Amino acid sequence: MIPLTYMLSLSAAIFAIGVLGVIIRRNVLVMFMSIELMLNAVNLTFIALSSRLGSMDGQVIVFFVMTVAAAEAAVGLAIIISVFRGRDTLHADELTLLKW
Amino acid sequence: MPLWLFAFLAALAIVSALGVIFQRNPVHCLLSLVVTLLTIAVLFIGEDAVVVGFLQAIVYGGAIMVLFLFVIWLLNLPVESGPAGHLALKLFGSLAAATLLAELFIFLVPPHLQVKYSGHPPGYGSMENLATTLFANYLVAFEVTSVLLLAAVVGAVALARRGGAGPRPATSRGAAPR
Repeated sequence: MIPLTYMLSLSAAIFAIGVLGVIIRRNVLVMFMSIELMLNAVNLTFIALSSRLGSMDGQVIVFFVMTVAAAEAAVGLAIIISVFRGRDTLHADELTLLKW
Repeated sequence: MPLWLFAFLAALAIVSALGVIFQRNPVHCLLSLVVTLLTIAVLFIGEDAVVVGFLQAIVYGGAIMVLFLFVIWLLNLPVESGPAGHLALKLFGSLAAATLLAELFIFLVPPHLQVKYSGHPPGYGSMENLATTLFANYLVAFEVTSVLLLAAVVGAVALARRGGAGPRPATSRGAAPR
């Protein structure tokens, strides 16, 4: 079995890449994809630990995370479509309606 | 799972994850993301989570990514030209991400990380075992999830309906500019 440290390091690396994507990219759609990356990194952690502990709970939680991600993707993409329809842009710096 | 396979999958996952955030064309970003998700699905299967691994490949790599692809097609996004964002933002973003990574790594080296290994019970990762846990211990959460999905569907339809709540007439955008 792969050492747990390797597995968790991989998931930490993917999570950090997702954080970096949210910070440096200004395209709302790509920021959304980076959030999916972070969710998947967390899923990997759950699966690795659940396998080491011999318990099914982690897998069930991954199942729930996937469901929430599906709901989030549906609502988020609907919001993105309706923003694009009104503003003709997906650049996060140009969406300043709520900016003080 | 042999170590060389893990090394290969880990390298593939990290390279394609970097591809998600560094490519200019949103379609290429999405394809990189699909590669990452499928790699993670293979890692799941290697960790004896076979059902969840296939769910990951089908639900994530299939359904959710196709949803993204449809949105990209629907919006007809241009390829970003020129540098995206400010240089200072990139610099501080990279610093923040590196700090986060270092912070996570500190807790992943063995003195901090203490997990009591226990062997897999018979049938670990099987559909039967997953379903038993899901419907015995997590039944309430499962039902709440169904309500969440219903709310998400209703919300998505309400948001995406053309001219639903706003004052804009249904045909103004398609006809007026041309």
